[in-house]
Amino acid sequence: MRLNYPSNVKIILVPCTGKVDVIHMLTAIQKGADGVYCVGCLEGACHYNQGNLRCRERVNHVRSLLQEVGLEPERVRMYNLSSGEGPTFAAYAKEMTENIQKLGPNPLKKKAGVA
Amino acid sequence: MISPKLVEVGRHTNIDLLTNSELIDLKGEPGNFTATVRRNPRYVDLAKCTSCGECTKVCPIETTNTYDEGLSQRKAIYKHYAQAMPGAYAINKRGTAPCKATCPAHVSIQGYIALINAGKYQEALELFREEHPFPAVCGRVCHHPCEKMCTRSDLDQPLAIRELHRFLADVERSRGEPAIPAAGAPRPEKVAVIGSGPAGLTAAYYLAKQGYQVTVFEKLPVAGGMMAVGIPAYRLPRDILNFEIEVIRKMGVAIQTGVTFGQDITLDSLKADGFKAVFLGIGLHGGRRLGVENEDAAGVLQGVEFLRDAALGRKIEIGQDVLVVGGGNVAVDVALTAKRLGAKNVTMVCLERREEMPAWAHEIQEALESDITIVNSFGPKAFFIDKRRRVSGLEFKTCTAVFDENKRFNPQYDESACTPMFADTIIISIGQSTDRAHLDGQGIAFSRVGGLQADSVTLQTNLEWVFAGGDAFHGPKSVVEAVASGKEAAESIHRYINGLDLRAGRQKEWEHVKPDLAGEPLHSRVTVRCLDPAARECNFLEVSFGYDEKEARLESQRCLRCGICSECYQCVKACLAKAVDHTQQPETLEIQVGSLILCPGSEPFDPSRLENIYHYNSSPNVVTSLEFERILSATGPTMGHLKRLADDTEPKRIAWLQCVGSRDNNQCGNSYCSSVCCMYALKDAMIAKEHAHGDLECTIFNMDIRSFGKDYEKYYLRAVKDGIRFVRSRVHSVDVLPETGNLSIRYVNDAGDLKLEEFDMVVLSVGLQITPATLALAKKLGVDLHKSGFAANEPFAPVETSRPGVYACGVFQGPKDIPSSVTDASAAAVMAGADLAEARGRDIQKIQLPEELDVSEEDPRIGVFVCNCGINIGGVVDVPGVRAYAEKLPHVVYADENLFTCSQDTQEKIKEKIKEHKLNRVVVASCSPKTHAPMFMETLEACGLNPYLFEMANIRNQDSWVHSGDHDAATRKARDLVRMSVARAATLKTLHSKVVSINKQALVIGGGIAGMNAGLGLARQGFAVVLVEKEAELGGFARRLHHTIEGADIQDYLKQLTARVTGHPKIRVLTQARITACEGFKGNFTTTVQCGSGGQPERIEHGVILVATGATEYRPKEFLYGQDGRVMTQVELSDALAEKGAADLQSVVMIQCVGSRNEENVNCSRICCQNAVKNSLNIKKLNPEAQVYILYRDIRTYGLLEDYYTEARKQGVIFIRFEPEAPPQVINTAEGIAVRVKDHVLQRELEIVADRVVLSAGVTAADTAELSGIMKFNRNPEGFFIEAHVKLRPVDMPSEGVYLCGTAHGPKLISETIAQAQAAAARASTLLAKDSVRLSAITAKVDTERCVKCLTCVRSCPFGVPLYNDKEKVVEINEALCHGCGVCTAVCPRQTINLSFYEDPQLVCKIEALLAEEVG
Repeated sequence: MRLNYPSNVKIILVPCTGKVDVIHMLTAIQKGADGVYCVGCLEGACHYNQGNLRCRERVNHVRSLLQEVGLEPERVRMYNLSSGEGPTFAAYAKEMTENIQKLGPNPLKKKAGVA
Repeated sequence: MISPKLVEVGRHTNIDLLTNSELIDLKGEPGNFTATVRRNPRYVDLAKCTSCGECTKVCPIETTNTYDEGLSQRKAIYKHYAQAMPGAYAINKRGTAPCKATCPAHVSIQGYIALINAGKYQEALELFREEHPFPAVCGRVCHHPCEKMCTRSDLDQPLAIRELHRFLADVERSRGEPAIPAAGAPRPEKVAVIGSGPAGLTAAYYLAKQGYQVTVFEKLPVAGGMMAVGIPAYRLPRDILNFEIEVIRKMGVAIQTGVTFGQDITLDSLKADGFKAVFLGIGLHGGRRLGVENEDAAGVLQGVEFLRDAALGRKIEIGQDVLVVGGGNVAVDVALTAKRLGAKNVTMVCLERREEMPAWAHEIQEALESDITIVNSFGPKAFFIDKRRRVSGLEFKTCTAVFDENKRFNPQYDESACTPMFADTIIISIGQSTDRAHLDGQGIAFSRVGGLQADSVTLQTNLEWVFAGGDAFHGPKSVVEAVASGKEAAESIHRYINGLDLRAGRQKEWEHVKPDLAGEPLHSRVTVRCLDPAARECNFLEVSFGYDEKEARLESQRCLRCGICSECYQCVKACLAKAVDHTQQPETLEIQVGSLILCPGSEPFDPSRLENIYHYNSSPNVVTSLEFERILSATGPTMGHLKRLADDTEPKRIAWLQCVGSRDNNQCGNSYCSSVCCMYALKDAMIAKEHAHGDLECTIFNMDIRSFGKDYEKYYLRAVKDGIRFVRSRVHSVDVLPETGNLSIRYVNDAGDLKLEEFDMVVLSVGLQITPATLALAKKLGVDLHKSGFAANEPFAPVETSRPGVYACGVFQGPKDIPSSVTDASAAAVMAGADLAEARGRDIQKIQLPEELDVSEEDPRIGVFVCNCGINIGGVVDVPGVRAYAEKLPHVVYADENLFTCSQDTQEKIKEKIKEHKLNRVVVASCSPKTHAPMFMETLEACGLNPYLFEMANIRNQDSWVHSGDHDAATRKARDLVRMSVARAATLKTLHSKVVSINKQALVIGGGIAGMNAGLGLARQGFAVVLVEKEAELGGFARRLHHTIEGADIQDYLKQLTARVTGHPKIRVLTQARITACEGFKGNFTTTVQCGSGGQPERIEHGVILVATGATEYRPKEFLYGQDGRVMTQVELSDALAEKGAADLQSVVMIQCVGSRNEENVNCSRICCQNAVKNSLNIKKLNPEAQVYILYRDIRTYGLLEDYYTEARKQGVIFIRFEPEAPPQVINTAEGIAVRVKDHVLQRELEIVADRVVLSAGVTAADTAELSGIMKFNRNPEGFFIEAHVKLRPVDMPSEGVYLCGTAHGPKLISETIAQAQAAAARASTLLAKDSVRLSAITAKVDTERCVKCLTCVRSCPFGVPLYNDKEKVVEINEALCHGCGVCTAVCPRQTINLSFYEDPQLVCKIEALLAEEVG
């Protein structure tokens, strides 16, 4: 459909969001990503039955961890859509980017850079 | 979308692709046919072409780009489109250009004209010299027969072909030095040429080119023959002639003048001197006598001698009054020469009338310009002489006829009408003869008329080493004919010396085809400037000035490029691979085949035929839908920018006119519905809106919107929601508004008012039709056709043609969309395959993969291939920049960019580079791995690399397509994505997938028409089938149906089909069977079936599953159904009609879309419209008095069903449209049952009292909730099963080894169900035909050493794959069962499970690579 969305979004392919581990999300934040979001199938329509539900739990867990260390939990979130929903994908990418822009840069970025 | 399929077909070892080919004949019988195929030349060697495109850069010919529907131009050497298969270029020819075909020397005239247009004068002249050594001479004296055939002469005036090559020669001469054609490697053989005229010199020229030692012997003191001593200098200045003779000398030809053959040299002396062959080109240098008294008197001269003496500067005595007898070109030359030598009055007298004169018109014109008097229709009777026997005049008699009725020269005179004419000098110029003075006595044979005798093809004389040509053999002819003769002689001599067959392949037919001139603008010929007639007197200055550069360029632009390819041969020079071969000829192949599948496709309807309605030809803003698709395409003429081609402005209002060339018996004769136009119009309107800057108004003028396919209605609703406007009207006409080029559409709206509306652009939704070539092919093959040209077929044998063993699919089978085409293609394959089942595997080749290289110990050596994807990526992303960036990344040893990385030639290139640079990892930065990774992985395997050492960066779908507005950002992102992929590639490991054997039995679920056909399809291929039916009886829903719309008896068919299935030895039928469990994977399933209520469940092992669980009729809740017995469904009506007929029916109302196209079921049920039409026709047949009303929203009688809709209207069935917002109401009244509906045409509420109200109840999916739970099949919200890919894999289910057919997939007709069932069998047999398959290597593995057996994975796996092995005390994951989702790896608290290809470091490295750069 070639719908435009912000170019700061970069996709990492996984077989199922159920494969996404807490460590993956935390690594991204630790290394300076301003935000991380997982896009899975619609709830109830996971190609592998329930992988997306597991991912949702992990996302929530990461959000609480971020809050604990004083970072905005909104930097990490979960979205769901079906493979035919190009416009929704683009809308989510835009929404996430706008939300992150409101939060400003990841404060860990400076440290990561120094490190 | 089609690209991977093209590549797959192109790369398949067992598909021989014959393009440019046509089937000529088919003999034999099913299982044993001989097909005769004519393969037309491509002129490019497929094996050699690398698709580099250098040839197109030098090609001077621009022609219509048919891929862009004529909206852009391409070169004559071209590739149809970037991903075309085969990937090689081809040359577009239309016979030989008429000019070249007609030129006796066959000079590539269109070629040098094209090169003049391109400003390549030197190349043009070199091309001329390929076929003719005298561009300057013939540029002045040629009688140019080519111009007579020039297509422009049919339009205005022919091209000044002669003047154009004269121009080329003049340009060269003005530079001083001529280009000398390269001579071949020197050869020792000597050849003698007698006579230095055009024939002799040409023979010498071509022999010298071959490297022979050639000596030309000339009797006269000057070389050139008639060019030097026949043609006067004012027409051919001698320095021009000598310049061209000099070229021949410089090629190494020795010319000896003043040597008389027969006197100074003889054949014997030449033989003694070691000459291997002799060419006699001695010309006709003698005159012809009148045979009239006193012809020898003083003052009577012979024309040929006169001209020779004048040319050689010999003294000629000539009087004041000169009489020239003769009307040919020589006579004109004589007259003009006499004038220039000082004669005051020159009169030409000839037998012929003016229009019969043998001299060319332009020569006569020149004579008249120089005050020559021409007297016609007189023949000489006697000379007057004076006392000194000097001539003083000639008496003429009237010639009444020159030729007899046989057009033979046979002059008749009237001796009574004589006229005397007086003159000082009389020159006889009535013909030429051979000067035999010294020829006799050498054994040379002469013809009856006195010329040399030789073979007309080989020019060999009675003496085998002596050849003859030119005027001495052919009679008096022009220079170019002598050149042609000399060329042939040189060829014969070369063959003779080398002992080759003199005759083989010599008589070439030169065929030309003239292009269509419709719409071609007129351009008059550029006049050649000439010396003023007054200035021509008493001098021999050249009369014609020729063209200057500006004139030549102007004139050459007039060329119509008749041959398309001009045969300028620049491509031959440019092709480094030596792939271009202009000499290719058509080949005829005989191929042994068992079956034939016809899929010749269709063409779009040509709206030019309806010019007065649509103005398609006269307005550039009226385009066909296919043209519009090209405008929307990124590779199209506007690179995807929405604009009007005529003025480059972006349209703001576009109208689509539906049914142009469809559903129209009056204007175009295509009565059928083309089935696809509604959907493509919707699609194009939606895409156009996306491409538009700002608001775009899209209006679709239609009679019905036919979105009848699976989920198509949802798309239609989206279009409505997106603001596409639908106007229900067949447009009356389109008018062009001259000021703006806009279009005014005249139409009648629902209320019957005439409306005018203005649009910027009009898109004609043109229908599909069968091409005349296909009609001819079908006739030749004996394949019957439907009246509309589609292949005739029976409803129960949809892909079979009338000729056994010949199958049809695609649009040739009937108008259809892509999913149906793909389905029917598979169906045809299974039918064709059944005929060949016995011979399976006999003629195939197996791919031999090289042994895998062990790279585990090597450091990563990564090759990066960055794709331009035409301009899809390269137009947005700085691809060279990304390539340069990739080169510097860690472990990268090679980086390259490609126009299309997926093309076949690039695969070869990647293979080369893998070997050359010892690459052990490959990254392709292009598009989606979903579509392209398998192909690239195969490329790796072909080089011995493990396919999993491969990674893709999607810089198209994830970058250039979605960030097209910001080139810098897109380029930065491309670099990021490539860096991430390179980082991951370095971590990739060799993986090996498990190979499992295939169980060759199939399980078919469902015993209806779909299941039985699927089972039979497989059984006929030799595979065992278990067919499971939940009911006690086979037949499914079809048991309730009576006839198809075509009138075919369904129950009869069902009986036969059931008998075939139950009687087939390979099919086992289980009825009253229920599936209780299923496990396994493709090739190895185990399904548990419970038959009847009691008994042991049976475990069935099988390799594939075919799902054919069917559907049922919706049970209406609306319109008093179930409350009033007179309200029934269509199926119930059929039953009633079959049982009781229609005698009791006076008024029947049918209501469409009951249970379809509503909130509960959004989709269209596809079959109900034809059901209503079928039943209404049946009622009308049974009881013509009965009134039938069909209340509808859109009538969707797609394809050939449209004819039945037309027939129903003809039979008086009344169709009343209603809006969904105002549905009909059914009321039970005292008089009967009444239906109230608002009629749009009458604009008022109607009430119809009916005997029966028939509800066209939709199709509801069968209840498969339990089954899909057990089998893990996905269903859509309406309960139909989901296919793997709507277009590419319409009968595959997402899980491998599982196939889908019939109404379980979605509503469809019986014929469509049968085709889909056959298709599912075809797809299943592709797996069953193999002995083993490779499973995915992407599976989870447990590190049992570190595993603490917490069993989290066992609890978490959605498929229950990890199991605790009690014996070994370990957790095990069966890799054949693992789906590779990775859930277990993420839940494992100790991270002891790894998913291969997605190991944690392989994911984390991507995150790190991305952020490393961004932060830094």
